Amino acid sequence: MRVLIPGIAGGIARKLALRLKTAGHDVAGVDIRPWENAREAGIEVFRGDVRKRVAEDVFRRWKPEAVVHMATVTAFTVPGAERGRINLDGTKAVFDHCAAHGVKQVLFVGRHTFYGAAPDSPLYHSEDEPPRALEAIPELADLVAADLYAAMALWRLPEMTTAVLRLPYTLGAPGTGTLASFLKGRRVPLVLGYDPLFHVLQEEDVVTALQLALEKKVRGIFNVAGPSPIPLSVIVRETGRMGIPLPSQVLSLLLGRAGFPRLSVGALDHLRYPIVVDNRRFLEATGFEFQHSVADMLRIYRESAPVPTSAGWL
Amino acid sequence: MGSVWPKVGLAPNAHAVESGGPRRGMLGCRAVALSDGLDARVDRLELPFNEYGVDPYGISRKHVRDALRLFGLIYRYYFRVRCHGIHHIPQRGRGMLVGNHSGGVAVDGAMVLTSTMLEMDPPRLAQGMVERFLHKFPVSSLWASRTGQFTGLPEHARRLLEDDRLLMIFPEGARGTAKLFPDRYSLVDFGTGFIRLALQTRSPIIPFAFLGGGSAIPTVFNAYTLGKLLGVPYVPLTPYLLPLPLPVQLEIHYGEPLVFQGTGDEDDHVIEGYVAKVKERIAGLIELGRAGRQDRGLARKLLP
Repeated sequence: MRVLIPGIAGGIARKLALRLKTAGHDVAGVDIRPWENAREAGIEVFRGDVRKRVAEDVFRRWKPEAVVHMATVTAFTVPGAERGRINLDGTKAVFDHCAAHGVKQVLFVGRHTFYGAAPDSPLYHSEDEPPRALEAIPELADLVAADLYAAMALWRLPEMTTAVLRLPYTLGAPGTGTLASFLKGRRVPLVLGYDPLFHVLQEEDVVTALQLALEKKVRGIFNVAGPSPIPLSVIVRETGRMGIPLPSQVLSLLLGRAGFPRLSVGALDHLRYPIVVDNRRFLEATGFEFQHSVADMLRIYRESAPVPTSAGWL
Repeated sequence: MGSVWPKVGLAPNAHAVESGGPRRGMLGCRAVALSDGLDARVDRLELPFNEYGVDPYGISRKHVRDALRLFGLIYRYYFRVRCHGIHHIPQRGRGMLVGNHSGGVAVDGAMVLTSTMLEMDPPRLAQGMVERFLHKFPVSSLWASRTGQFTGLPEHARRLLEDDRLLMIFPEGARGTAKLFPDRYSLVDFGTGFIRLALQTRSPIIPFAFLGGGSAIPTVFNAYTLGKLLGVPYVPLTPYLLPLPLPVQLEIHYGEPLVFQGTGDEDDHVIEGYVAKVKERIAGLIELGRAGRQDRGLARKLLP
């Protein structure tokens, strides 16, 4: 299968590309970021923005049969309006090119934060639930919009096999996602009086899940998860970090200062309330089995990202 | 492994037991020897705890243990809870404990939860469907989550029952805890959702009556405006102002399970008929308990 991966220079996308290549697929990608060693692995990377002409040329010339859209970003990596443009306009461009150039299958790689963190929402979110609590966390609005836009392809482009996958937080060695960034310091801020459950999946297991979704040609919306969720305090402790519980009012004042991440006050809800997903539909469709237990994941992260000895307060 | 109880003798409320079998009394409650350590009972919970002592719902063995140490003391020595008919609760498999609210704050829920942990063999964790506000606030959110007490949503109830858990439901809702002292033995309107859930999941309903909560917290007035300011439905006020529970002896009477046949899609009048049956059974258990309390003169006896 000829698989094109927009956003191929990201951490998980590279691993997926290599895994697919090893499995015998032809793999190429589009990204504005470089991946110097890709060619050595037999993977072609086209430098450019998915929203620009260069991306359409790739679709036209390289003629992918399947696309795994991973060119979305979070507030941790790209702030402001540009993030919205990348996520929403980029997703629209990818689906437009897929429709125009006869792509048979598309995987949209979304996030489980789609469901939002709220005190009165169900603990386990099924795929049928709407996004909640967006008013509290405007940084998530464009990712949610991209997810919903991708899901529209299920009826808008019925000749194409579309799957929207909602992935949980990921860790690797040490990994590149939101959680890995959150845990990078010696001390990790927590909200006093709360300890939400976190769903975490090892990056290698994420790659397995994506490969399965591609090869099984699943269609629909799927939550992807591995081991049962665990409290954030366990993650912090088992990765060798020190949790610093602060009252939410204090923490909201410190956001963006003294080494704390720059987030909206609403984002603290993700440190208060759980976002846990029901993955039964995905398991049934693909037979996915995770390989890394929570203990494995946290040990691997701890060993690959030892606690910084001195780097400011955090 | 430490036990908070003395190593000999029976619990102060062991009078509720010991005649119909080696460990079961005429009223159907087990006598739990004080040496039966709380920690050991938590360890015997048949929940799928992982290597960190956390189950898939986030229930933490450590938090349940800590909560039971506190509630166990209150159950045994402060309220001296008398528990009847615990054998009606299935030892395994799904079930819904459905009872009346008694008392301005959730003393009833905490003591029912403690009864299934202390009086059942093997112990079971009753998982309450709690008011939404509980998960909004710091500390209460954490402890409710770690002990399996989730917001009363149909999604939670259905999933827990499908996982063969034991649910605790008070169909009167917040209106039930708002009962004033003169109405403490009355029942307000029941919701109907629990019956549809029981039918959809084929779960037995174990009715129970909780007595004494209205005397322990004798509410004379509910301050709704103050409650709104604090983010809770209301604040119960007592003759001594604060809703602190008095050491009144409490009773829990579990009744025989009720099993209804159906799909959950029945017309409202059918469901309301089932609800009326459950309500009637709970009312009967309340009257049974009241008669017993009057016989023993307990209604007048406050401690210390």
